[in-house]
Amino acid sequence: MKALFLSLIMAVLWAGAPIKEGYEVGDTAADFKLKNVDGKMVSLGDFKNAKGFIVIFDCNTCPYSKAYNERIIALNKKYASVGYPVVAINANDASKSSGDSFEEMVRVAKAKGYDFPYLVDESQTVAKAFGATNTPHVFVLTKDLKVAYIGAIDDSARKAEAVTKKYVETAVDELLAGKKVTTSKTKAIGCGIKWRSV
Amino acid sequence: MKRFLILIFCSISFPLFSQEIESVTLADFQKILQAPNDKVLVINFWATWCAPCIKELPLLEKLHRENPNAQVLLVSMDYDLDPDIEKVVRFQNRKKLQAKILFLTENDPNAWIDKIDKRWSGALPATLVINTKTKKRELVQGELAEGQLEELIKKVNN
Repeated sequence: MKALFLSLIMAVLWAGAPIKEGYEVGDTAADFKLKNVDGKMVSLGDFKNAKGFIVIFDCNTCPYSKAYNERIIALNKKYASVGYPVVAINANDASKSSGDSFEEMVRVAKAKGYDFPYLVDESQTVAKAFGATNTPHVFVLTKDLKVAYIGAIDDSARKAEAVTKKYVETAVDELLAGKKVTTSKTKAIGCGIKWRSV
Repeated sequence: MKRFLILIFCSISFPLFSQEIESVTLADFQKILQAPNDKVLVINFWATWCAPCIKELPLLEKLHRENPNAQVLLVSMDYDLDPDIEKVVRFQNRKKLQAKILFLTENDPNAWIDKIDKRWSGALPATLVINTKTKKRELVQGELAEGQLEELIKKVNN
């Protein structure tokens, strides 16, 4: 009875707590359903054979996104086949950034030959739920959608050749080896996501 | 003749030249953040490639011109993508920017973003308002609204 009472109190306190936006490492992400550049709706649950996911909040227009474009394509080439596909999401408000409209996403995905989903988060609810701030901003998730890594792709936006720390690759390699991710959170300079004005 | 001299005098005392851009390391920059200052520091992190940053620069220029109690520092984060300071100099000349510009020359942002402010994601633009005497700080991530800088200055001075 006492336990029941306590848990009731906890439930009330929990419900009253402010809703925190954004995941931390260790949190479990909620699956989503967003429109892909091919017009089909995509959820993480659709990937039956995935061991995890490299979710990347990205866009067409940011110079950082452009600097990382080839590296994102390479990440999917290297990791989709071993169970960690890239799932890219563009949350930029197209009314603020016309180069990020769905039509432009379709064009970029085609021109660059994206072989991974490039989803539009028009309502920005997924970006907000994740707590994405920059483009590109990576969230590595395990199969059960536990957040294992949040941050940058590597430590050198300017030049792929100058990279000394491949944050995302190291995190995924560690997960594939059944190890704990050693560097689970990083920060990078980048373009802020273009939020819709309220 | 007298009129001419006054004209010359005025143009000397109110130079329309931009201030020279200073290259700084993180250590140099941290010294500026910590040094006691009679003015409120208004530090704007921006880059020449960042459209929302460029859009809000007039608000910072206006503050620089009109508020003698605020020291505006425009900290260019261009180095991370392009280490050539000349791009920033050209931008400064083209836009006739009067506020002081710093060019931060550090690699590997993950190593130092938290040292500037733990709350900052690293996304641009971002603005930090600091009262160095009371150590009160306000951080704005994203675009500034009209009048917001004045509000933040009031807040750190209270």
